[in-house]
Amino acid sequence: MKLAYWMYAGPAHIGTLRIASSFKRVHAIMHAPLGDDYFNVMRSMLEREQDFTPVTASIVDRKVLARGSQEKVVDNITRKDQEESPDLIVLTPTCTSSILQEDLQNFVDRAQLDSKGDVLLADVNHYRVNELQAADRTLQQIVRFYLEKARKKEQLPEGKTEKPSANIIGISTLGFHNQHDCTELKRLLTDLGIEINAVIPEGATVDQLQDLPKAWFNLVPYRELGLMAAKYLQEEFAMPYVDITPMGVVETARCIRKIQQVVNSQGGEVDYEGYIDHQTRHVSQAAWFSRSIDCQNLTGKKAVVFGDNTHAAAMTKILAREMGIHVVLAGTYCKYDADWFREQVSEYCDEVLISEDNGEVGDAIARIEPAAIFGTQMERHVGKRLNIPCGVIAAPIHIQDFPVGYRPFLGYEGTNQMADLVYNSFTLGMEDHLLEIFGGHDTKEVITKGISAESDLEWAKDALTTLQQVPGFVRGKVKRNTEKFARDRGITQITLEVFYAAKEAVGA
Amino acid sequence: MTVAKDAPALNFECETGNYHTFCPISCVAWLYQKIEDSFFLVVGTKTCGYFLQNAMGVMIFAEPRYAMAELEEGDISAKLNDYDELKRLCLQIKRDRNPSVIVWIGTCTTEIIKMDLEGIAPKLEAEIGIPIVVARANGLDYAFTQGEDTVLAAMAQRCPKPKDVKSEQKEDPNAIQKLLSFGRNSDNDKPQASEYKDHPPLVLFGSLPDPVATNLSLELKKQGVQVSGWLPSKRYTELPVIDEGYYVAGVNPFLSRTATNLMRRRKCKLIGAPFPIGPDGTRAWVEKICSVFGIEPQGLDEREAQIWESMEDYLQLIRGKSVFFMGDNLLEVSLARFLIRCGMTVPEIGIPYMDKRYQKAELNLLEQTCQDMGVSLPRIIEKPDNYNQVQRINELQPDLVITGMAHANPLEARGINTKWSVEFTFAQIHGFTNARDILELVTRPIRRNNNLKGLGWDKLVQEEAKV
Repeated sequence: MKLAYWMYAGPAHIGTLRIASSFKRVHAIMHAPLGDDYFNVMRSMLEREQDFTPVTASIVDRKVLARGSQEKVVDNITRKDQEESPDLIVLTPTCTSSILQEDLQNFVDRAQLDSKGDVLLADVNHYRVNELQAADRTLQQIVRFYLEKARKKEQLPEGKTEKPSANIIGISTLGFHNQHDCTELKRLLTDLGIEINAVIPEGATVDQLQDLPKAWFNLVPYRELGLMAAKYLQEEFAMPYVDITPMGVVETARCIRKIQQVVNSQGGEVDYEGYIDHQTRHVSQAAWFSRSIDCQNLTGKKAVVFGDNTHAAAMTKILAREMGIHVVLAGTYCKYDADWFREQVSEYCDEVLISEDNGEVGDAIARIEPAAIFGTQMERHVGKRLNIPCGVIAAPIHIQDFPVGYRPFLGYEGTNQMADLVYNSFTLGMEDHLLEIFGGHDTKEVITKGISAESDLEWAKDALTTLQQVPGFVRGKVKRNTEKFARDRGITQITLEVFYAAKEAVGA
Repeated sequence: MTVAKDAPALNFECETGNYHTFCPISCVAWLYQKIEDSFFLVVGTKTCGYFLQNAMGVMIFAEPRYAMAELEEGDISAKLNDYDELKRLCLQIKRDRNPSVIVWIGTCTTEIIKMDLEGIAPKLEAEIGIPIVVARANGLDYAFTQGEDTVLAAMAQRCPKPKDVKSEQKEDPNAIQKLLSFGRNSDNDKPQASEYKDHPPLVLFGSLPDPVATNLSLELKKQGVQVSGWLPSKRYTELPVIDEGYYVAGVNPFLSRTATNLMRRRKCKLIGAPFPIGPDGTRAWVEKICSVFGIEPQGLDEREAQIWESMEDYLQLIRGKSVFFMGDNLLEVSLARFLIRCGMTVPEIGIPYMDKRYQKAELNLLEQTCQDMGVSLPRIIEKPDNYNQVQRINELQPDLVITGMAHANPLEARGINTKWSVEFTFAQIHGFTNARDILELVTRPIRRNNNLKGLGWDKLVQEEAKV
């Protein structure tokens, strides 16, 4: 048992569902008790999704437990197959139902007999892996399933596309700034004269999967999601992959050079150096920002970075290499892939922290007292308590990670966004500092003093207590309205009855 | 059987479908705030923890007063000893927070692995010296707000008897205060006894924000009825005294287990009334309590009329419009009854669970209200199937759908107005004073649409050609 106040990565089934519901015409059935289907809420609310989330919970309750759930699960799969005729139905248990040790593969086999679409059991250990690992695994499983199917039916495409082309692997629903990153990556590849063969899983259909091998290479922008599928494609179809995250000016260039190498090794003749130079010096503002006087003022400032592997590693490199900021601590919650992280960041920071415990991260921040933090929502929260500004660079996902405006983290526009994020995080810190020096705009004292001294009205204790329970941002207004109500009626003492009467009167 | 006879006209169906609602462990989100000296420990998996953190979005703010006891592989396979593990965690909580009570929230997982929380608690409680209350708020047996029911049902067992408090506390805490406040207008919480009529003790149950609870107590005080305590109280150490023969009344429709426990185990008498939601419900609730105590209620006509009058601007927006309840928080029947009284029609009330006995008075009032307003009775559908409901919504095109969060945006994108049902769970909706706040929520989509009318943006999804 672990005492946990918060967690960085979600449970495994969330990862599986992220993959399933990213595809088009794929439906997921969750074999789970009531209330475990909050994935639908997350997708609908956080991502402001317009469509019904293609996930249905086949509910396990006391009766189902007693009778065995096979019938219900099979019924729900075949029912969904008829209702919406999806190409694929993915069945997943949750932490809870996986304990029941049922033969879910058998359920799936049974359901397959009566279903027109394919039925697949997401093969994940719910106690050993987290959301990120499960997503990676499920994507690989689906890719493999359809490629093997195509191979059996002899429908695999022959040869490569005429022009250099790429698959972008790992863009998914509820991913951190994934939608905007994807647009930016497509733009980048188009600029490089590379066709997009497929983007998976987001927006793809499973029919498209058999055409994956047509691409010249796979681009895997995120360390957490897509690598397993890319490795499978490399082993089975000898497809090379590029797994350098194009985040920051230097890493974007490195990623492009790697693409150049991969393309040229397959008979292409491309030279991207001119493009890289032009983008770096004249299009992206980030390189200029690094040279500007604004960024000079950031030299040597202390920062702490914490997040998933992809974003924490990339951010550490940006801060240290491109902005001259002193990264005291770089950390990740991707414990399962800690070696990679250490290797990536150790030359750019003083300390490396690998931890899933937000308390440990918070303590480290308090000890270091950096000028800014780049972390998750949790570090932002820690920063608020310690009065240290924080830029959010990684999941756990939050509604703020789905801005309506264009905010990619990757590619050359991403470098601009990073520069803004870094600059704004530090200046906000400066602003706070100045506010403190000059007394600031304090809005806190609405009722702490002077209630009866400055007005002719007397507040009874119970009414005052109730007033104090009113949320701070409206308290002043409630107080004024109540006093106006009392004055209008010649009441001198505001009792609880008067308080409520005023509320009713004002509401009208 | 008798129930069916008493409510013949209402049509109950049970779809036993796949429906979405929140997990009952979500009750910790409001109960930890209500009971200020408590600590809630949810004994469950990562799935439970991520729900509280992400879907409820509250964990980050609550940090010190509730937490997960996250079950790991060793716990599931029974390699580790449950007692030792829980002891380790509770000692840590005691050291860090020293709460007056630790509430263990059992989950689906503790049910399935048959973890004996109820057996472990008394031993551990004695060992660490902090009361431990066990509530089995699991999704196998309960839905959303019923989580509160499981906690209050367990806490009802811990309410002291008069003989428990006599020794340490004075019989009448007012006595000294009266002396102290001699000659002054008392602004004390405890009003003078003379304002109250003589009646047996009354304890109210249901978790309401303090201002709302005070407000309801005051409504009863106006009739001379004294509320001797609330379950839950603001602090665990101030749980109300309960004894055989005390009267109890609930303020929420999802508290049937608590009611049953108070009656069977604590030998209380339950006042079965409609719930104090909306001016009509509040009036009926006050009236019923008064009638049990033989008190002739004063001024309720005027009070109710005045509230209706004050809401007229909102009523004009919703009269004649229809509202469809997909079913989520078990407040559906009370809200539907109030909205029908407001002049709306309700084709369907979805509800996760319907206790026809505990909700009997409310169901009768619903029927009565439909008759009075001359509208047809709603279908009441227990454990609805959300997929079927969406088909029915497409056919009926209701003016408003009150729904769980998962369906709100997709329905809005298809031109159907929605309101989240959870808002009614968290907003202050009880009593006369707050009735307007219910309509504030209900009318908001309509007011928003009025503001945006003329833009013609009412449907934002392209109809896909059916294959």
